[in-house]
Amino acid sequence: MDYVIEMLNIRKEFPGIVANDNITIQLKKGEIHALLGENGAGKSTLMNVLFGLYQPEKGEIRVKGEPVKITNPNIANDLGIGMVHQHFMLVEPFTVTQNIILGKEPKTKIGSINLKKAEREIQELSDRYGLKVDPTAKIRDISVGMQQRVEILKTLYRGAEVLIFDEPTAVLTPQEITELLEIMRSLVREGKSIILITHKLKEIMEVSDRCTVIRKGKGIGTVNIADTNVDELASLMVGREVSFKTDKKPAEPKEAVLKINDLYVKDARKVNIVKGLDLEVRAGEIVGIAGIDGNGQSELIEAITGLAKANGGQILLNNKDITNKSPRKVTESGVGHIPQDRHKYGLVLDYSIGENIVLQTYYQKPYSKNTILKPKEIFNKAEELIELYDVRTPSVYTLARALSGGNQQKAIIAREIDRSPDLLIAAQPTRGLDVGAIEFIHKKLIEERDKGKAVLLISFELDEILDVSDRIAVMFDGKIVANVKPEETDENELGLLMAGSTTTKAGESK
Amino acid sequence: MTSNNKFMTFMIPVFSVFLGLFVGAIIMIISGYNPIEGYAALWRGAFGDAYTIGETIRRTTPLILTGLAIAFAFRTGLFNIGAEGQVIVGWLASVWVGIAIDAPFIIHLPLAILAGAIAGGLWGFVPGLLKAKLGVHEVIVTIMMNYIALHVSNNIIRSVLTDHATKTENIADTASLASDFLSNMTLNSRLHYGILIALFAAVIMWFIIQRTTIGYELKAVGFNKHASKYAGMKVGKNIILSMVIAGGFAGLAGAMEGLGTFGNIHVMSGFTNLGFDGIAVALLGANNPFGVVMAAFLFGTLKEGANEMPTGAGVPTELVDIIIALIIFFVASSYIIRWALLRFKKEGK
Ligand SMILES: Nc1ncnc2c1ncn2[C@@H]1O[C@H](COP(=O)(O)OP(=O)(O)OP(=O)(O)O)[C@@H](O)[C@H]1O
Ligand SMILES: [Mg+2]
Repeated sequence: MDYVIEMLNIRKEFPGIVANDNITIQLKKGEIHALLGENGAGKSTLMNVLFGLYQPEKGEIRVKGEPVKITNPNIANDLGIGMVHQHFMLVEPFTVTQNIILGKEPKTKIGSINLKKAEREIQELSDRYGLKVDPTAKIRDISVGMQQRVEILKTLYRGAEVLIFDEPTAVLTPQEITELLEIMRSLVREGKSIILITHKLKEIMEVSDRCTVIRKGKGIGTVNIADTNVDELASLMVGREVSFKTDKKPAEPKEAVLKINDLYVKDARKVNIVKGLDLEVRAGEIVGIAGIDGNGQSELIEAITGLAKANGGQILLNNKDITNKSPRKVTESGVGHIPQDRHKYGLVLDYSIGENIVLQTYYQKPYSKNTILKPKEIFNKAEELIELYDVRTPSVYTLARALSGGNQQKAIIAREIDRSPDLLIAAQPTRGLDVGAIEFIHKKLIEERDKGKAVLLISFELDEILDVSDRIAVMFDGKIVANVKPEETDENELGLLMAGSTTTKAGESK
Repeated sequence: MTSNNKFMTFMIPVFSVFLGLFVGAIIMIISGYNPIEGYAALWRGAFGDAYTIGETIRRTTPLILTGLAIAFAFRTGLFNIGAEGQVIVGWLASVWVGIAIDAPFIIHLPLAILAGAIAGGLWGFVPGLLKAKLGVHEVIVTIMMNYIALHVSNNIIRSVLTDHATKTENIADTASLASDFLSNMTLNSRLHYGILIALFAAVIMWFIIQRTTIGYELKAVGFNKHASKYAGMKVGKNIILSMVIAGGFAGLAGAMEGLGTFGNIHVMSGFTNLGFDGIAVALLGANNPFGVVMAAFLFGTLKEGANEMPTGAGVPTELVDIIIALIIFFVASSYIIRWALLRFKKEGK
């Protein structure tokens, strides 16, 4: 019996819901153990119990065979348990080193902070696991992927033997994902053990040794990855067969809904990042934008939706000029937007689900009349949508903050699709969703298309782009450099185009 | 979680008050006073007869309004330290209108009250505007606005409203909130109709915050600016609006003093403290309008009752300030109390 961590028969309740019902998970030393389950199944809750953020109502936790009580994260740290949260907890203006040593500063003889020593140690750790982190860089200057590695270093610096990753790949680009999986392998080679939460079955198949599945708060069992496959994992988790290929009839594009001519947008550093972009999305088609993160996709969306200023060019919606109109005007002229960053833009976390459902429509009938809100109408609408979109929440009065990540995302999607806008912009709409929910959302996007709406899909996942789009626009260096049909291309060709290669079909007519 | 939270937001202030009184008793014992006599005197001072009851309510009136001024801003993510200055300009403006204008009661009184609210609102508008347009933190600006209010008001009293006097003449009867009826009923206390206005203001705050699209926007902006912008709300406009409404409440508090309690305005050597006490009232009232009413009443009681403590039990009034400070301290360290209460509940199970 050489389990480093055992969580036995854990039960954790929240008001109105049993998040963990008698779940058992046992982690062997030196293994990568995946934790799989639908949105709201209770994965994050279980890991927060292990990390000392929640106290279980029942059950036992053992570390190396010894029963322990983990009442706060400091105790977890002392027991060698580290957690890489999905939302990083870093101080932006500080350097990597300052962030890592925060609260555990090494001292010189006279009692001041020994920054040099810390930097050396962090450099060593970084080299040992191939993290390639610069200890002197400021957090605000490094990419999301690098920030995540800083979080990893933080746990290692504090002596973690067991690392918990909660959906680490949801925020990463495909390239960064490959690197992260490599880092995980080198961590276990050095004797660390890892619990990995992810919705991407491919990743589980690729790196993990075993996988524990939970469904609606109950443990379903643990399987050896060597003896299973993607389809079995999916059906274990959802409790039914899941189809990975989306069925759809060919698109019948009609008139142009969105027309962008020669658009220029500046980024936060006031440099042009969208540089003379042309794009057209027609009624009844889904256009997927493929591109490596940072080529101007976010700024493009912000310019269309009025969140950022265009400093050149023109955006037409149904032949009406909406360039530099306010977000409210843009929304009212028929644009829906599933934002990439759900916590920053998509939700007011301290509002209830019901209040979030009317975030753009609260001032309209029937949700209010003469500035007086109609709570009944608001919450009835919310009831209807959580039912329809399978948002798992104890009630519509629950704060958005208390929902699981995937269910928060589903609530946003429900709100945006339900308005049935002429143009639906979906930025990473399925980030953090389980396979069943992804299937459902894809169906909904296609339904909108079939109703004659225009859909603009932005995703870093080529699978999703290839699967759902009717036409793919490849974005590179602030421009659309190629328009291709999904059935006439593949990941390799897309990859080349996204990297700026102009050999193949670039320049083909729009 | 929510029902449990509501219970806690209610229990923590109540518990803090008892803890404050309890520690206050210990301090009295240590300093050689009899706490039972002390609190008995406090009670007599606040509720002993009709007069003290009237005075307690009169004291409570402006505290409700300044409490609302801070609570309202706070609910929308802003920290309004400027209630003090807003009180002063509200006081000045209402008295000015009360003196300068000749009109029948039905026009004069509402006009004078409105003048107070508008002046306070204007004093809130400036920090709101600076925050919305230039990102200057409202705490800094509101603190400075307090000093500007104090000195500008003193100057206007001396050189505009009077000829170097320290006190203006009294407002016209048509602008007065004072009531012979209330006064006679309470043995000639200074109780006036303002309490009705203050209670009505609490209902107004509740209604705006909970039931209107304005409140929905204000709170959303306070919680998450990015999401509010995404949803099409004008973030800057809402920040300004929140400060104006908050300032309006504080301005009303000034009007209560000017039109109700004093009937004039005098040169002030220092702040009225109504605005600063409002911060404590809002904190104790958990930024809830009805909580604010109750907290203001408690503060009014303590402050009015304190008057009786030196004569009645030989306890210095400063002790009441210590007890108030203790209560605030316990509310502020609610973490400890939350912990203690949870402990208590678990053991009880
Ligand atoms: N702080 C909380 N208060 C109330 N309910 C909560 C809280 N945290 C989680 N829940 C509920 O517990 C259940 C499990 O949530 P959890 O976050 O563990 O799901 P998850 O498996 O991580 O899902 P996802 O894949 O969407 O992240 C959900 O129904 C959620 O609404
Ligand atoms: Mg989760």
